[in-house]
Amino acid sequence: MVPIEHAIALSGILFAIGTVGAITRRNLIVVLMSIELMLNAVNVALVAFSRLWGNLDGQIFVLMVIVVAAAEVTVGLGIVISLFRNRESVNIEDVSLLKW
Amino acid sequence: MSLLFFYLFAAIAIAGALGMVLNTRNTVAAALSLVLTMVSLGGVYVLLEAYLIGALQILIYAGAIVVLFLFVVMLMNLRQEEFSPQRQRVTKIAGAVIGFLVLLQFLQLIHGAFGEPAAIIEGFGGYRQVGAVLFTDYVLAFEATSLLLLAAMVGAVILAKRKID
Amino acid sequence: MLVVVIIKLLFIFLVIVAAFLPILTWVERKQSAVMQDRIGANRADIFGIRILGLFHPIADVLKLFTKEDFVPQGANRVLHLLAPVIAMVPAIMGMAVIPYGGVYRFGDLELNLVVADVDWGMLYIFAVGSLATYGAVIAGWASNNNWSLLGAMRVSAQMISYEVTMGLAVVGIFVVYGTLRLPEMAAFQDQTFRLLGFVEVLGLVQTLPVWLDWIRLPMWGIFLQPLGFILFLTCIMAENKRPPFDAPEGESEIVSGYHLEYSGMRFGLFFTSELLEIPVIGMIVATLFLGGWAIPFLSQETIIGVVTPIFGEGFATGFCMILHVATFLLKVIFLIWLQVAIRWTLPRFRYDQIMDLCWKMILPLSIVNVLVTGAVVLFIGGLQ
Repeated sequence: MVPIEHAIALSGILFAIGTVGAITRRNLIVVLMSIELMLNAVNVALVAFSRLWGNLDGQIFVLMVIVVAAAEVTVGLGIVISLFRNRESVNIEDVSLLKW
Repeated sequence: MSLLFFYLFAAIAIAGALGMVLNTRNTVAAALSLVLTMVSLGGVYVLLEAYLIGALQILIYAGAIVVLFLFVVMLMNLRQEEFSPQRQRVTKIAGAVIGFLVLLQFLQLIHGAFGEPAAIIEGFGGYRQVGAVLFTDYVLAFEATSLLLLAAMVGAVILAKRKID
Repeated sequence: MLVVVIIKLLFIFLVIVAAFLPILTWVERKQSAVMQDRIGANRADIFGIRILGLFHPIADVLKLFTKEDFVPQGANRVLHLLAPVIAMVPAIMGMAVIPYGGVYRFGDLELNLVVADVDWGMLYIFAVGSLATYGAVIAGWASNNNWSLLGAMRVSAQMISYEVTMGLAVVGIFVVYGTLRLPEMAAFQDQTFRLLGFVEVLGLVQTLPVWLDWIRLPMWGIFLQPLGFILFLTCIMAENKRPPFDAPEGESEIVSGYHLEYSGMRFGLFFTSELLEIPVIGMIVATLFLGGWAIPFLSQETIIGVVTPIFGEGFATGFCMILHVATFLLKVIFLIWLQVAIRWTLPRFRYDQIMDLCWKMILPLSIVNVLVTGAVVLFIGGLQ
């Protein structure tokens, strides 16, 4: 049997790695991938809790999160493509026009 | 036996995540590390008795979303990432240390906080039960996600379209 | 327990991978030759004995092994080597859930002739099949070549489009069978149904006259879901990048696409993975639509019931098992023949024709199929 505590620990570690990646990396695509990693970490936590309490609501929520992540990746990559067409770069430091 | 598999899958997932975040030179290799993470997380879900979610994770995440990432990377033909290593080094190390400390705190917090896993009925996490709950209790959320996907599709087509003048 | 699983795995490997694959290369050459009214490859010989060119697979493998192992300049060496391996894995993994025999009872030993009897078998096949995209995509990227990149982009778009319609085309089958487990689907197809039974169910007559009861069809998927069969066969052939859907590796357009910079045994691995998917497609379609291991009009109980008084129950079960496995292999061989015949009949489709076919023709048709199937099943269920 899988100890639930270790599954939550796995979720925490993946979330931390994803956060560090989203904050420190400068490539927009890697930032998007780190956000995906964070969403996956949340999914692991939801599935583990669903198993802990024998309640299927957690798994339904995971389905919703997967769908929302897919939609977000689609639109996000569309934005990346149009950004690349305008500026020839996916470095997030190059799109800092609104910074004061 | 399943405990051994869980540790194996967890280790591969963490290795893949680290490979994605730390890989500065090659974006395609970062995306492939992400695939490794997704597939091993699918294995973790199956071990946690979430069979439908495990299959859907591999089908959707590893089979479509990361392919989309790879497609965009190849479309823009990104070969190298240019960055200045000096200025970034301090921020990176500081970020990693703080993240690690927060993680330790989190792990200490959850130690011994959960009870025994509840007894589950036969077929828990299988497609029949999840489908039954999805289409009776959560049918509104299900229909809303289909509208969300439609909006995302239309948005993506418009964003990626070249201007027709 | 573990020994039984290993024996089943060995059976699959020895029969499908080791025996079918070399003969498949020969079948492709000979069948295309016969269809095009020529002799085909028949020159390879061992000490002067040529059996119709059956030594050509061995000659091919030797040739591929002795070629130079070439990595193009500027290419990513690790990814270049990894791509054929990634392409090979989903083809082999797909065979784990397909039943090549039913459930047989020998005394107190119950033998279920499938390697992994999971409850969500068909989902597993879809999940593993969606990983097949990576082999081609990574191959195209890692080759540092414009034509390969173009082929990789084409192939990724084609494969993920056809995955969608592949899933939708079989939703009707899932509704009719009521399960995702492949052994259960094959066992469901072991029966027959009256062709004119719908007349009685609709209430038009009270009971059918007895002589009309004799017009029966085996309850195969192809009779219950004919449109689903055509759509699924098209989609899974497109998913495997099999001609006529092989625009990504179009030899006359983009000089072999993502295969371009691969020679020697690396190309051999790609070639093997595509050839291996042909029997795997045959096995999936046979299990879903053609009754799997079920012999038409002779269910398992009939065979065992007939043979037991003569030879005893153990022998009867063993005989039934051999018959079922032979029927399964026969259906797979028929589907291999069908795929090779389709390949050598149709010219290659243009890339925009392929995408049009998927999104504008197959997708609406499969949705209509799901609607009609659901309506009919509800209607019949409500009447009974």
